[in-house]
Amino acid sequence: MTTVEDSVRTMTAPAGSPRPSALERVLRAREISIVLAIALLVLVTAVGHPSFVKSQSIRDILLGTAIMVVLAVGQTIVVVTRNIDLSVGSVLGLAAFAAGTLLMDHPGTPIIIAVLVGMAVGAGCGLVNGLLVRFGDVPALVVTLGTLYVYRGVAYLWAGGQQINADELPDGFLSFGTSTILGVPYLALIAVAVLVAAGIVLRSYPAGRQLYALGSSPDGARLAGIPIGRRTLAAFLASGTLAGLAGVLFAARFGTVDAAAGTGYELNVVAAVVVGGVAIFGGSGTVWGAALGALLLTTIGSALPVLGVDQFWQQAIVGALILLAIGIDRLIAARVAAALKKRGSHVR
Amino acid sequence: MSAEHAPLLAVRDVSKSFGAVAAVRDVSFPLYAGEAHALVGENGAGKSTIVKMLAGVHRPDTGAIELDGVPLDLRSPADARAAGIAVIYQEPTLFPDLSVAENIAMANPPRGRLRTIDRGRQLRDAEALFRRLGVMIDPARPARGLSIADQQVVEIAKALSADARVLVMDEPTAALSAVEVERLFTVARSLRDRGAAILFISHRFDEITSLCQRVTVMRDGRHVSTDPLAGLTVDDLVRRMVGRDLSTLYPERTTTPGDVVLEVDGLRRDGFFRDVSFQVRAGEIVALAGLVGSGRSEVAQAIFGVDPRDAGTVRVHGRPLRAGSPRAAMAAGLALVPEDRRLQGLVMDASISRNVTLPRSGTLARLGLLFGGSERRAAAEWTARLQTKYGRLADAVSTLSGGNQQKVVLAKWLSTLPRVLMVDEPTRGIDIGTKAEVHRLMSGLAEDGVAVLMVSSELPEVLGLADRVLVMREGRLVAELDRAQATEESVMFAAVGQTRAASAQSAASSGSDDSPAGSARTADKDRNASADRSAGTNAGTDRKTGAGAGVEVAL
Repeated sequence: MTTVEDSVRTMTAPAGSPRPSALERVLRAREISIVLAIALLVLVTAVGHPSFVKSQSIRDILLGTAIMVVLAVGQTIVVVTRNIDLSVGSVLGLAAFAAGTLLMDHPGTPIIIAVLVGMAVGAGCGLVNGLLVRFGDVPALVVTLGTLYVYRGVAYLWAGGQQINADELPDGFLSFGTSTILGVPYLALIAVAVLVAAGIVLRSYPAGRQLYALGSSPDGARLAGIPIGRRTLAAFLASGTLAGLAGVLFAARFGTVDAAAGTGYELNVVAAVVVGGVAIFGGSGTVWGAALGALLLTTIGSALPVLGVDQFWQQAIVGALILLAIGIDRLIAARVAAALKKRGSHVR
Repeated sequence: MSAEHAPLLAVRDVSKSFGAVAAVRDVSFPLYAGEAHALVGENGAGKSTIVKMLAGVHRPDTGAIELDGVPLDLRSPADARAAGIAVIYQEPTLFPDLSVAENIAMANPPRGRLRTIDRGRQLRDAEALFRRLGVMIDPARPARGLSIADQQVVEIAKALSADARVLVMDEPTAALSAVEVERLFTVARSLRDRGAAILFISHRFDEITSLCQRVTVMRDGRHVSTDPLAGLTVDDLVRRMVGRDLSTLYPERTTTPGDVVLEVDGLRRDGFFRDVSFQVRAGEIVALAGLVGSGRSEVAQAIFGVDPRDAGTVRVHGRPLRAGSPRAAMAAGLALVPEDRRLQGLVMDASISRNVTLPRSGTLARLGLLFGGSERRAAAEWTARLQTKYGRLADAVSTLSGGNQQKVVLAKWLSTLPRVLMVDEPTRGIDIGTKAEVHRLMSGLAEDGVAVLMVSSELPEVLGLADRVLVMREGRLVAELDRAQATEESVMFAAVGQTRAASAQSAASSGSDDSPAGSARTADKDRNASADRSAGTNAGTDRKTGAGAGVEVAL
């Protein structure tokens, strides 16, 4: 029963104190707990198998994470708008093959041109996704599930069963994929640059905040005059472009590209994003969290084989993590809803 | 307050149609600076359409909205904002995941270095706005979890930050308590006194009289009158809003109520309704009237078990009914024809026969399997009884007209041979002819001894069909009127919480302060209660309600 006193209390409830809300505390706890989980995993693995912290395996983790982070950043941009991009694995494959073919046919091409070509291929794919979602009025899940197969099909058609091997690619490109500065691979630096840029745009520019607003309340966004169509299109364009970049990084790292490159990556990326605290229904989450999620999943992928854990269990653990992350999200949502319901019961 | 000078904003001869339905026809009224202007009318009178045109959501088909005498071309909500028109909707449109300060500054955030958003200034700006409004809300917290009242205040802060000259408030008080309303009004008055023009929409006359100086009445999409509020009584306003004769669409009925079939005692669902007790006898049609959102549909849904209930008992033929189990309710002989047939009543893509037989698929099945034969026979029988027009029984329900869809829903539940039939808005959005058929059908069922509980927003339907009228307001039963007592005005007054003698003036002074929460009992027939807290969450549907035939008289 809500009384006048309740209303008064609600009104005069302590405000003005800039203490973080329960929601923020939990989200922050999410990022800290991921860091702790990574630290624990590395520690445990390193104690049993000191070779795990040798620079070689750390570099492998960083290289793998770099590609995943670039994809996760793009995915985050899409997911905060209450959409999803399932085509990123196929886009990665297509872009990797495009960049590889270019370098194979014209070995003198500067690396930056190859990178730009890969990104352009990705941007084209992202544009198609965005246009279909914007004008087709079809849920992104369906659109990108379709383009997942379409883009993969294009890659197969183009490759025609052939494979680009490391010895067909220029040495400069391959060393770009594996060299380091002060022990940090170029690829990781690129990923960090992407991460920082996206983080700043999403946090501090109106366009970035509008993406969150869009995912948080599409109706509200429409009434607030936010250009929903343009922002949605831009999000898919960004995701596609970043998937294209990831494709070039993939080609540089592995040196071997065939039409199947990146198959299944989309699910890993979505997993990383969800584990990293990006709400799958949009509106909240950061690229930092998503990047941590990518790092955690990549570390698990490297550590568990070292620990002798069965392949099956690796997948089960990743699955459990996703369920845990979603469970936490639901728990928060239910708590908030319950609190709202109590306050909202002004029936008298 | 304001002399007869040029209006700040003028609505001039605007019309707007949706398909074949004219929602607004040739409406004109002025808004003056420093004045609050009430817009009143029944559900479906076109108020929300006016609001949406001012907000830039809809564009008028003809006519214009003029600001300072210059016609505006509002193509989008952004245009409206740029023109200095801020709209506060009944349901706040905040972004729950973003901070309060961000919500306020979303349209035009303060920029710092490299054109980034200056978060510090954004917070300080919000704090300054809240200080001006005299409220304490932490601008750094996310909007999620704010009470509706606080969300409305944030919406006002948004309007302030945009230097809005015209503030449109579309039933902002529907979900607020009396204290919260007063606080909102304090804020609105200070804005008004600084020279803003306010358009205020509400069903509550005491609120209108306490805030507004001028009032425009709309009916059926047309402008009825615009006058200074000072000389008007509530009676005048209600008469202008209703302004019609009861149609003669309704069948003559002679009722001989039998035993009590449905007995509801102390039913409560937190946040929706409380202390709801009533009985329905065999052969009786009882109407549950009230404003949209007063909790009528929720009561029916809780009785049927679709929604949970937090307290109270439901008895059918004296036997208590388990809460939260539609299956048990059906077994006990209850049927509920829901309000929204597309969402709740039908499986739109399934065939007519599948829809009709859905609640009985268990009894029609043999060895757990449904064979087409029994399904088709049952469906053919009931659709024929209801004179449903269709091509083939195998056609998808979505191919039928609204009226025939409603008949399929009715057939579906009547085929279960219910002893208690609950119908929620049985004739919403269907044509007059079908309406009359549905009315005859319900009347016939009652004569056959079925207890009928009808939730309806259409007053003529309520008055024409019901043996008794229960009026709900703010989630409680506030009046029980028998056939002789029930008139458009008595039901309307009970639903909005005024007695008919109360003039605008006295309503203003008695205000919304005589409502100590909670405990007073329900169903006192002529209780002169306080501010109406009703029109709750789904009053936003009011335009759609009006989209039906012209006879719709939703409250």
